[in-house]
Amino acid sequence: MKIPLHRNKDFLAGLMFIAVGGVAMIIAREYPFGSALRMGPGYFPTVLGGILVVFGIWVLIYGVVTQEPVKRTWSVRALIILPLTALVFGILMEKAGFIPALLVLSLMGATASPKFKFVEQSILAIGLTVLSVALFIWGLGLPYPLFAGH
Amino acid sequence: MELFNNLILGFSVALTLQNLAYCFIGVLLGTLIGVLPGIGPLATIAMLLPLTFNVSAVSALIMLAGIYYGAQYGGSTTAILVNLPGEVSAVVTTLDGYQMAKQGRAGPALAIAAIGSFFAGTVCTLMIALFGPPLAEIALEFGAAEYFSLMLMGLVTAAVLAQGDMVKSLAMVALGLMIGIVGTDVNSGMARFSFGFSELTDGIGFIVIAVGVFAIGEIVSNLGEDEVEERQVFTSKIGSLMPTVEDLKTSFWPIVRGTGLGAFLGVLPGTGPSIAAFSSYMLEKKLSKTPELFGKGAIAGVAGPESANNADAQCKFIPTLTLGIPGSAVMALMLGALTIQGIAPGPQVMTQKPDLFWGLVASMWIGNLMLVVLNLPLIGLWVTLLKVPYRLLFPSIMVFSCIGIYSVNNSSFDVYLASIFGVIGFMWVVLECQPAPLLLGFVLGPLMEENLRRAMLISRGDPTVFFTRPISLAFMIMTLLILIIMILPAVRAKREAITD
Repeated sequence: MKIPLHRNKDFLAGLMFIAVGGVAMIIAREYPFGSALRMGPGYFPTVLGGILVVFGIWVLIYGVVTQEPVKRTWSVRALIILPLTALVFGILMEKAGFIPALLVLSLMGATASPKFKFVEQSILAIGLTVLSVALFIWGLGLPYPLFAGH
Repeated sequence: MELFNNLILGFSVALTLQNLAYCFIGVLLGTLIGVLPGIGPLATIAMLLPLTFNVSAVSALIMLAGIYYGAQYGGSTTAILVNLPGEVSAVVTTLDGYQMAKQGRAGPALAIAAIGSFFAGTVCTLMIALFGPPLAEIALEFGAAEYFSLMLMGLVTAAVLAQGDMVKSLAMVALGLMIGIVGTDVNSGMARFSFGFSELTDGIGFIVIAVGVFAIGEIVSNLGEDEVEERQVFTSKIGSLMPTVEDLKTSFWPIVRGTGLGAFLGVLPGTGPSIAAFSSYMLEKKLSKTPELFGKGAIAGVAGPESANNADAQCKFIPTLTLGIPGSAVMALMLGALTIQGIAPGPQVMTQKPDLFWGLVASMWIGNLMLVVLNLPLIGLWVTLLKVPYRLLFPSIMVFSCIGIYSVNNSSFDVYLASIFGVIGFMWVVLECQPAPLLLGFVLGPLMEENLRRAMLISRGDPTVFFTRPISLAFMIMTLLILIIMILPAVRAKREAITD
């Protein structure tokens, strides 16, 4: 049975390798190539990019021949929420301080699970924050203000 | 009796109160994360690296090593009791260990796993002590060509012995090498692949990728799976821990063979403990007079693989400490910890910092002893921990990951980058591309390019230098042999059977 290319796992993997290798080769053209004796900064990435493209073509053809579909299911919710949480954490660490950043990190991150319960996760967030302040700030002396920006 | 003096030096370092405490914390943490599925030693060590900034190098390494081999013990506990391998290397233990537990023999299964692991740990500690110094001496003679060939061998082994498709794993190695190029070229001072971000001119941190892929990506992956079905825990039926004399007799040779196999595979850079465990299981099944009992609670099926994975895990320290070439991704983190402490990894560590090397070796033996003593009485606690639901576990992992990454460079950019790698890492899971070989490629990339350039410069651009210097030639031939053996149809079929 034929499966569509966008669900063919090895076809997609091959495409990824070709894309990375190809883009790297194009970018590396701006770096001096040098010679085998005196390799410039462009030598290694160009050769490596070529190797990646060759591997990619192999994997891609293999995918077209074997017709193996992607088997995994995924959670769009987690894929959106977790990177966003990291982003908010990074901003809060710089603007608001360690305690607010951690509370938000724990609570917002927890919403990535469909089983999110507010009260339970709030207790966890407070617990993790207290533990982290004790361990990292008081224990190890990491130099982050608990609250900042005033 | 140089060995004797060295070991005395080692024990005098490892037995200080401070180092004993770090060893204890390490093995305890290691067992904990070994028990908990969804978080492995790699992510844990990466997250906890900041904890070691303020302690001495030897204490830091003792703790990190403890986490590493402690995780092997913890992984087997859950494999036996709940049919749930806490670590990949314990997958094979579920086959017979869980069956034994069902038959009311969880106690002997746990005991034999601990005894086998301890035996393997002891043998490997001795092996490191015996073979470390001569290997380091040989390595001091290595030039750029030898290092390049050795690293090439390590990368090829890592790829062909990884799970899943071989060509894809080789491609992942190349991808790792490519990501390793990001940053400033040391020879020309030119920023490569920095895409205009000044943060990228220093290159991408290893912790950013390790935590991104193995902690954050793992969370994304786990949340995408359907809920794990109800786990059945055999707490009430553990019964007597003591194995019978018959058990011990049956297990003796599997433990010895498993240790030997694991030690051999462990010295090869690139292989992982799961390969050792699987190979040992296959070997015992083949040698057994009663192969039909395998999968139905054969104690040899627990004894062999458990010894093998522990032997492999510990012998990985041999190439890492003597050559400065990390044998696996976890070992790369160990070297990273050394670098943070201002110590350049390589064969000179052993002569310049003997207390560090021998202290670590001695602590590994002490740590193994602690694990045997600790693990069995604490099983009740580990089983309780298993009941912690994932919805509470993953925010905790997220918190420690983000603090860990942020604290390395006090950089929010690193946290953003890690979350991107989390998403990419999950994409690799979906496409069934193995991230472990990629990580090794990433670590070795800059070293490889550097040594390639130097070797070519010395040889005046003559690429045959890799084949005319004897040691380099030996590595090249071994690389080729490994590739040829793995491509052989019979081996290939078997490899697919093992890694599926």
